Amino acid sequence: MYVYDEYDQKIVDERVAQYRDQTERFLAGKLTDAEFLPLRLQNGLYVQRLAPMLRIAVPYGLLNSTQLRKIAQITRDYDKGYAHISTRQNIQLNWPELAEVPDLLAELATVQMHAIQTSGNCIRNTTTDQFAGVAADELEDPRPYCEIIRQWSTLHPEFAFLPRKFKIAVCGSAEDRAAIHAHDIGLELVANGAGEVGFKVLVGGGLGRTPVIGQAICEWLEKKHLLTYLEAILRVYNQHGRRDNKYKARIKILVKAMGTDAFREAVEQEWVHLKEGPTTLTEEEISRACGFFVAPDYRELDAEEQNSQLQSQCDAEPIFGNWVKRNTREHRVAGYRAVTISLKATGYAPGDITDAQLDLMADLADQYTFGEIRSTHQQNLVLADVETAQLYSLWQQLQGAGLATANIGYLTDMICCPGGDYCSLANAKSLPVAEAIQARFDDLDYLYDLGPLELNISGCMNACGHHHIGHIGILGVDKKGQEFYQVCLGGSQSKEASIAKILGPSFKQEDMPDVIEKILDTFLGLRQEQETFLDTYRRVGIDPFKERVYAPAN
Amino acid sequence: MPRLIKDGAIIEDNWLAPDAESNAPASAQLLTLEQWLQLRDKSGRGVQLEPGEAPAPLLDHLQDIPLVVINFPLFMDGRGFSYGRELRERGFQGELRAAGHFIRDQVTYLRRCGFNAFQPADESQLEAFVASLDDFSESYQATPDQPLPLFRRRS
Repeated sequence: MYVYDEYDQKIVDERVAQYRDQTERFLAGKLTDAEFLPLRLQNGLYVQRLAPMLRIAVPYGLLNSTQLRKIAQITRDYDKGYAHISTRQNIQLNWPELAEVPDLLAELATVQMHAIQTSGNCIRNTTTDQFAGVAADELEDPRPYCEIIRQWSTLHPEFAFLPRKFKIAVCGSAEDRAAIHAHDIGLELVANGAGEVGFKVLVGGGLGRTPVIGQAICEWLEKKHLLTYLEAILRVYNQHGRRDNKYKARIKILVKAMGTDAFREAVEQEWVHLKEGPTTLTEEEISRACGFFVAPDYRELDAEEQNSQLQSQCDAEPIFGNWVKRNTREHRVAGYRAVTISLKATGYAPGDITDAQLDLMADLADQYTFGEIRSTHQQNLVLADVETAQLYSLWQQLQGAGLATANIGYLTDMICCPGGDYCSLANAKSLPVAEAIQARFDDLDYLYDLGPLELNISGCMNACGHHHIGHIGILGVDKKGQEFYQVCLGGSQSKEASIAKILGPSFKQEDMPDVIEKILDTFLGLRQEQETFLDTYRRVGIDPFKERVYAPAN
Repeated sequence: MPRLIKDGAIIEDNWLAPDAESNAPASAQLLTLEQWLQLRDKSGRGVQLEPGEAPAPLLDHLQDIPLVVINFPLFMDGRGFSYGRELRERGFQGELRAAGHFIRDQVTYLRRCGFNAFQPADESQLEAFVASLDDFSESYQATPDQPLPLFRRRS
C-alpha cells in the first residue's frame, strides 16, 4: 500500500496544526459557529444528536494492521470502544469530544492517517473495488490512480468551497464493485481499440434526493490526462453549479440542466487550457504510484492439494463449508482466497466493530495475510490474501469473536446508515429497522435460497445507505413528525446500474418485516429457475409486488 | 483610508470602492464589470468581479488591467477561487485582490490560487490573516504560486 514520504507527512502534520488552531479559536469565541462549520466539516467533524461524529479517512478502503490497532486504541481513549465502517469505506467515531479532536488527529497522523475532506463541500475520499489487485476479473489495479487522485484532491485550493460535496470512484474490473455510476465522477479503466488502457469518464451520477445514473462524457482518456481532465470538470462545476439551493447543487443537476453534450463541450473548452500543462501525469509518477501496489510475496502453492484439503474440512464441518462458500471468493493467485468478514451479525448495528474486534483483525491480518485489511462500501472488512489451507484456522478465530456470520451478498448483509439514533440529519431511525429485518429472516437456508439480494437502508434523503441502488431500498421519511418508511425496488449498483422505483405509500416501522416478507414471497412465487431477485423484478416489473403488498387484509 | 494586505504587508488602499450608479467613475475608482465593459479606454482601470461574473471578458485585456478585485459576499461561495486561478493561468500579472467576507482560514487557499492582495470586510484581523497566509509550507497541486505539482518536484 502507499507509504507517506516526508512531503505527505508534512502536509498532514500541518493540517493537524491548522485544525488545532481553528478549534482553539472556536472555543475561545473567535470563530463563529457559521465560520467553524465548514472548517470542522472539512476535517470530518459533524456535530450530531448526542455528540460530535468524526469521520476518519480510509483512502480507497486500504488499511494496515498498525493503523487498525491505532484506531482500536483511539476508540478506547477518545470514544466508547467501538467504530463504524461507512459506505465511503471510511471509519466513523460517534463519541469524541470536540476539544480533544486535535489530539486524536495528531495520533492518527503518527500512523499516516487523517480526516481531511471526509465531509464538507469538497472532494471526498475516492473509493474503489475492495478486491482491487486480487480480483480475477480485473483489467488493471485501480489503486495507483486512486492514490494519484487522493494527492491531487487533498487540500486543493480551488475546490475547497464547491457548491456541494463531490465524490469520485474508480473501477478496474469487469464487474463494477465501486458503484461508479452513482458518483459525481465515475472512472472505469478500459482498453481502447489498440489495447491501450485509459479511463472512461462518467459524470453526474449520484443518489440523494434526486438519484441519477452517471453519463459518459469521455469514452477513453489517456492516463496522463487524468488530473487535467478532472480539473476541467471541477472548474466547470465550481463556476456553474447551483449555489442557491443545496438540494439542487450537486453536479448531476448541472449536467441535467446543461445536457450531457453541452456539459462535455464546456469541459473540453476548459481542458484546452489545462491539457499538457504541468499537472499532466508523467510516466515516472504513474510508475511510482504503481510501485506501491505490486503483488506481495505470494507463496507458490499446490492449489490442488490445498483445495482437496479445504474440501475435506468443509465436508467435516458444514458450518465452515458454508462460510467458505458465502464469505470467500476466488483469488487471481492459485492457492489463495479473498475473505470478507461480515460486520452484519444480527443484533449489532451494521458496520459497527468493537475495539477488541479491531485489535483481533489487526492480528489476523498479520497472521494470515500481508498485514493489510480493506474496508468495503457494503460496510464489511476484507482480508484479501489468505492461503486456502489457512482458512479453517482463520474461521475458528473469527467465530470466537462473533465475526464469522456467513451472509455476504445475502439479505441480512444490508447497507445501513447510522440513522436517527445518531445522525442529526436523519428523518427516521434506520438501525431498528435493519435489526427487525435481520431478526425476522435469520434462517440461513431461507436466505441462501433467496440468492444474492442487496437491501439498503437510509434514514433520510441524503441516501448515505444507498437505498436507491439496493435491490430492495428502504428510506426513512418524516410525516408530520412521525417516522415512516418508503420502500423501493429494482435498484442496482452494477454496470447495468438502475435506480430503484418507489413501491407506493410508506409504512410504519413495526410493519417493515411483514412488508419485506410479502415482497420476498412475491418473488419466490414468480421466480423462474435460478433467477435472482433482481432478474425476476426486471422481468415482471413492480406491479405484482405492489398488488401483494398493498392488497387489502382479509 | 481602508487597509489591506498586499504581497504579505499591510498597506493603505489607494483605490475607491466601485459605484454602480456612477456614469463617470473617477480613475482611482474600481469599475463594476458592466462599467468596465462599456468603457472605451480601459487602460489603467481596475475592475471588480462579483460571483457569477466569470473573468472571460477580461482575458483579452490582461496587459492593461492593473487590478482585478474578486468580491466574496459569502465566504462559502467558492467561485472566486476559480476566477482567480484562471486569471493567473491566462497570464494576468497585475494585482489580484480578494475582498469581502472570506475568512482567515481561506487566505492560504486564495494565495495558492494566485491572489496577492486581501481585503477582508473586517479590517481588525489583518495581522492574523497575514499569519495564516503560510498555514501550509507544502502542497500537492500545480498552482499559480507553485507552477509544478509535487510529483514533478519530489526528489
